[in-house]
Parts: sequence; structure tokens; C-alpha cells
Amino acid sequence: MNFDDTPQEAEFRATARAWIGANAPKQYEDELRKSSLGRTQLKNADILQVAKAWQKKKADAGWACLHWPKEYGGRGSSPIERVIWQQEEGAFGKLSHMFIIGHGMCGPTVMAFAREEHKRTYLPPLASGEKVWCQLFSEPAGGSDVAGLRTRAEKDGDDWVINGQKIWTSGAHYSDFGILLTRTDPAVPKHKGLTMFFLDMKSPGVEVRPIRQASGASDFNEVYFTNVRIPDHQRLGEVNDGWNVSLTTLMNERMSIGAGVSTGFPELFDYCSSLMLEDGPAIENAAVRSRLANWAVKASGLKYTSMRAISALSKGERPGPENSIGKLVAGSMIQDVATYALDLQGASGVVSGPEDAEVAGRFQAMLLRAPGTRVEGGTDEIMRNIIAERVLGLPGDIRVDKDVPFNKIPTKGR
Amino acid sequence: MNFDFSDDQKQLRDQARKFLAEKCPPKAARVVLDGKAPYDKDLWKGLAEMGFLGVAIPEEFGGAGAGHLELCVIAEEMGRANAPVPFSSTVYLAAEALLIAGSDAQKKKWLPAIASGEAIGTLALFEGKGNPSPQNVKLTAASGVLNGVKKPVADGAIANFAVVAARTGSSGREGDVSLFLVDLKAGGVEVKSLTNLDPTRGQAEISFKDCKAEPLGAAGEGWSILTQVLDRAAVLCAFEQVGGADRALEMGRDYALDRIAFGRQIGSFQAVKHMLADMYVSATLARSNSYYGAWALSTNAGELPEAAAAARISATQAFQHCAKNNIQVHGGMGFTWEFDCHMYYRRANALALGLGSLSYWEDQLIDRMRKKNAA
Repeated sequence: MNFDDTPQEAEFRATARAWIGANAPKQYEDELRKSSLGRTQLKNADILQVAKAWQKKKADAGWACLHWPKEYGGRGSSPIERVIWQQEEGAFGKLSHMFIIGHGMCGPTVMAFAREEHKRTYLPPLASGEKVWCQLFSEPAGGSDVAGLRTRAEKDGDDWVINGQKIWTSGAHYSDFGILLTRTDPAVPKHKGLTMFFLDMKSPGVEVRPIRQASGASDFNEVYFTNVRIPDHQRLGEVNDGWNVSLTTLMNERMSIGAGVSTGFPELFDYCSSLMLEDGPAIENAAVRSRLANWAVKASGLKYTSMRAISALSKGERPGPENSIGKLVAGSMIQDVATYALDLQGASGVVSGPEDAEVAGRFQAMLLRAPGTRVEGGTDEIMRNIIAERVLGLPGDIRVDKDVPFNKIPTKGR
Repeated sequence: MNFDFSDDQKQLRDQARKFLAEKCPPKAARVVLDGKAPYDKDLWKGLAEMGFLGVAIPEEFGGAGAGHLELCVIAEEMGRANAPVPFSSTVYLAAEALLIAGSDAQKKKWLPAIASGEAIGTLALFEGKGNPSPQNVKLTAASGVLNGVKKPVADGAIANFAVVAARTGSSGREGDVSLFLVDLKAGGVEVKSLTNLDPTRGQAEISFKDCKAEPLGAAGEGWSILTQVLDRAAVLCAFEQVGGADRALEMGRDYALDRIAFGRQIGSFQAVKHMLADMYVSATLARSNSYYGAWALSTNAGELPEAAAAARISATQAFQHCAKNNIQVHGGMGFTWEFDCHMYYRRANALALGLGSLSYWEDQLIDRMRKKNAA
């Protein structure tokens, strides 16, 4: 048991470190380091442009999408090298969050299901950040139950004609392309009538409307499709096999380990270390210490769980569904941490303006953004189902709509 | 990086699991639970023969000289099997104290006896209510003669010797505490068994009246040695707790698959599934924290104090969480004497207290994190 690199890993780390040291946009490092959930904007620059410039620089030098094959814009690295890169990239890695959907989910799906010429055309600019991709899965009637979606795709000559609505689409407002899951046969059970495509987001008939979130920010969108035409050669996988294609996407989502999930704990510990309460420093208060200790062991437990997964990866083992615990634990923890940080501020915790609030309002921003982390990419409840069914081997939920044609499934509770 | 046990260590774990499955079925603990024996002597002998008692004791002192990572994997299996033997008091506490502070003669006398299963040892630290602290050590030592009462002492009624914390000064600070080695079969010692939460692991009150004792380690260094012993024991005990938590989770999972209610396996109800998923989460976090503790222990890293406290808290929470919810999954059956659920529930709650309470370790963890951040 050790934390040491192998000689090859050490060499890779040294090369990566040197390159990052010479090329990273250092003027933003401090700001990126201090950014946390709910506050990842740069004060005097457009974060998307900064992120695109950094990604392009990486791509030109062969450091983009490390584990992708070289011919598609990657480096052909091992999973462990990807993790080492993430460790070395540090705070600058927060910039690549702008591309996480494209790199983590769309790219691998295109790689698995698109025709070769499309892969060579579309993947390199996706890897380099020149083109941004989004994932058009969720709908008002299909969130956790993705297969309940209603966006129709109907064949018309060599094209498919799309009509319907998607929702919760991260980054659609600045995306160039998207992968789209549609219903192509409503007369069969819901999982059996879906088909996946990719499309140009600038196609006629695509309308993106930003959603104002509970936090006040707008990272997500509604996307409307009115007679949008997609050529058949942009289909991913077979007609009516879209569910299996989407499973590849979702599996890849859960494979994206190593980046480390945000828990809010380091921020809270720092804050408590300097905060003075009426009866002395917060960190010397017994109640505060007890709360901190309980979160500390969750944060370290997640950290070392991810190290165990990385070790498994480096031995060539595939990470399993046990990695679902990161999001499950961190999601509700960051919400609780933010709530507690405000409680420590007393009545003044209600003030959230960065100029007036404690530590520039970071915990207020965290509190308002946190509910989203418990929902996006699968709710806590879905994560618990995954653990119970795939790790512990418990029975799947009873699905009363399993064998019912989609167009016979009731659409309203009352 | 390889943040995992080696193949050899995993093989040792399999060997220990197989051995304990055969020699320590649940009914073994019941013999002790029902008061028919103070501990499982045959199992103890078997553990010695397998080399498990001395796995981390150097060969020159009669052990296998393997190391602490090997001891961690065995500890996990001891917890999984709910073994009714004085393993933790002898191996984590007494042997580690000797390894840290014992003279050559003391090591030669006791360590081979531990490895061969002839000697049971323990640590006599607590004196009634309260957590480990120099102020709570009231038993006095003057000219190598002890006077005072220790309780509870784990496995005190069956131990051959004890490491005893005593006061050798009057300021009430750390430098006043010294450790002594006492042969419990010698004069001046009175032992009384105490009824306790987990009868498969005895607790005792030991009174020392003008009892002669030899110093263990230098005078005035007792507290610093004790801190090291407790940190090491915290990691080892965490593995025992992780083993217990995993077993409790498994029992709950198996029952949820077997039991039918409302025409369905109860494991198909989300309320039950989610309870089991949460048990898995806490057991996994505890395992990962314990691995970090194992790494720190085996490399004697500067991170050990912090890693030990984190492992201790996480594993205590996980075992308690899994043991109590295992009963909940079993419903009324889980609350019967016949089902084994309560044995893990008892063990989880007894282990949670043996090295000082959760609040003590929470306090330790934050102190140690502050120290690290300041450095």
C-alpha cells in the first residue's frame, strides 16, 4: 500500500507539471482556487472564453481529452495518466467544467456509435474546446425516468423530423452541437422505441430558452424543436435502439472519476479556523468541532474511496457503480455545510451580496446552488437505487409500464 | 500509486476468513454470550497456531514479523466473525505498548507468550466515567507500588498481565503519567467481572492494593506512549469495525432477498433498498478512511494521528449504523435472541466506547487537523 508513482507515472507527472507551469493562465489561478460551488465566474473575464483558450492550448500540445485516441484529438493515455493530469492541473481544471458534458458523455457516445468520417470531423474540435456539445435527454415528463421522453422523430426521406421539448440542458445556450434522444415508435414499450442522433444546434427550428434557476443563475435551458431536420447519417446506433446507446452515455458519465467531488468541507474548515464567535474562536467551540469532525471523515472517506478506484484503474480494472457514492454523499453534504456556515454567521448570514456578506458570500452562493447537485445526473434516490441494485444485488423496482406500449401509459396522476 | 492491499495480504485475508468461518461460526460467540465460558479457548489456540496473534510481532520475539498491514486484514476478519476472544486487548493494546516502549527483557518475556497464545494482555487506563486524559488517571504509583482502581478493563478477568496507567506526579499534566507492567496473577491484585453491553468480550474492575509493578517506558512518558498506543489501536480496531459493518450489511441484504411481504421480496421496496444503500455508503467511507489509517500505521507516517482519528470516527459510525439498521431490516425477527443481529449490535456499541467515545476522537481529529494546517 503506497501513494508513490511508478517510474513511468512519475515521468508523466513531471512532464505534465512542467508544461502546465509554463502554459497555464496563471492570472486566474487565485480566483479559480477560491471559486466553489455556486461561484465559478471570473470577475474581469468571460470564463467561457478563458476556458476555450486554455483547452485549445492544451489540445495543440496534445494534452486535451487524454484518454481519447490520438486520431480523434486525444492523447491515447491510460486512465491513471488522466488522473495524474487532473491532479497536476489543479485549479485550472475547473475551467474544463465548461466542457464536461461534451468530453465526458457526448464524445464517448459519438466515438462508440458514429460513422468513422463523422468521428474524424467532429471529435477533434470537441476535444479542443472549439466546439461545445450538450446532451439533450431530459424532458418535463422524463427526468429520472428518461425513457418516458416524448420528443418525436419521424422519418421523411433521408431526414428525420424532430418535434418536442427538452429541459435541464446544461450549456445549450453556448453549445454548437448536441446528442439527442427521441421517440421513434410510440406503439411499443417505452425503452424499445427510442433513437439517438447528433445535431447542429444552429439548425432551423431549434430554440434555446435559458431557465432561471433557484439560485438566480442560468446554467440550464429549455430547448424546443419545431420541424427540425436531421439527416439519417447523423443517427447514433440503430433505429429504436436509443436506450442502449444512452446507457453508454450514462455509463461514461459515471466513469468520470478522479476529478474529485466538491463537498464544501475545506471551505468550511478554513472559515471556522478564522471565525470568532462571541465566546471565542469557532474552531475551539465543542459543538462546532463535533460538526466539523463528522464532515471531515465524510470528505476524507470520499477522497480515499476515489484513490482506491484510481488504484483499481491503474491495475486495469474498470470502476464499478460503487463510484455513485461520491455524488450521493457530497450532494447533500455541501447543502448541509453551506446551511451550517450561514448558521454560524447568525442573523447576518441572510445577507448574500459579495461586498457585504462574510467571505464574499461564498456560502450563500453555495447554499443556493446546492439543491441542484442533488438532482443533476441522477437524484439521491436514483443513486441509492443504483447502489442497492447493482452493488448489493437487490431486486429492481417494480415497473408497471414495462410491457405497456408507450402511447397507452397514463400521463397524469389525476 | 497502489492504494490497496497486496495480493499476498489479500490471500492472508482469505485464509483468515476461511479459518474463522470454520472455527468461529455464530454459535461460538453464543457459548460465551450465554456465560458458559469466558472466551473461546480453542479458537484462541487456533489463532496462535495460524500465526495470527503474532502477525505484527517481530520474529526475534516469537512473531511472524509480517507487519501492520497484515494485522489490519486479520483484524477485519475478526470483526466480521464477531470472534469471542481477547484479540483487541492483547494484540492492539498490550502488544503494541510493549513494541513501542518495552525493554528488551519485557519484550522477550511477554511478546512470545502473546504470539503463542499463552498470555492474554490488556490496557488498564479508564477509571470510571470520562475519556482518556491525564487528569482522569488517579491511580497512584510510588516507588513502583500501585494503589487504585481501574474500570472498565477489557478482558481484565482473563488477562495474565496489564499495562497500567498511573500517576507519578502531582501537577495533573501529561508528564505526571507513567506506565507500568503488572503480572495480574501476582499479589495485590483483585479482579471483579462487570456485566457489560457485549458479554462476548468481558469487562472487569481491577483493584490494585500495594501492588508491585515494573515501569514500562521512561517515567513521565506514559501519556505520550499511551497516545501512540491508542492511535495504533484506533486503526486496528477500525478494521475490526469495518469487518463487522460489512457482515451486518450482508446479513441485512440476505434477509431482504429472502423475506417476502406484501407478495414481494422486502428488498424490492425502496425504503428498504435505500436503507441498505446508506449502510453500504457508510461502510465504504469507513473502509477508505481505514485504508488511509493502515497506510499511515504501516509507514509510521506523520499523518498517523490524524488518519487514526478519522478511521476511528468513520468506522465507529459505520458499524453502529449498519448494526442498528440490520436489525431494522429484519423487523421483529431481528430483535429476537435467536437471530445474530443483536450480537453485532452489542459489539458495535461496545467497540464504539473501548478507546474513548466518539466525542473524544472528534476533538482529537480537529486538534490534529489544526496542527497540520498550522505546520
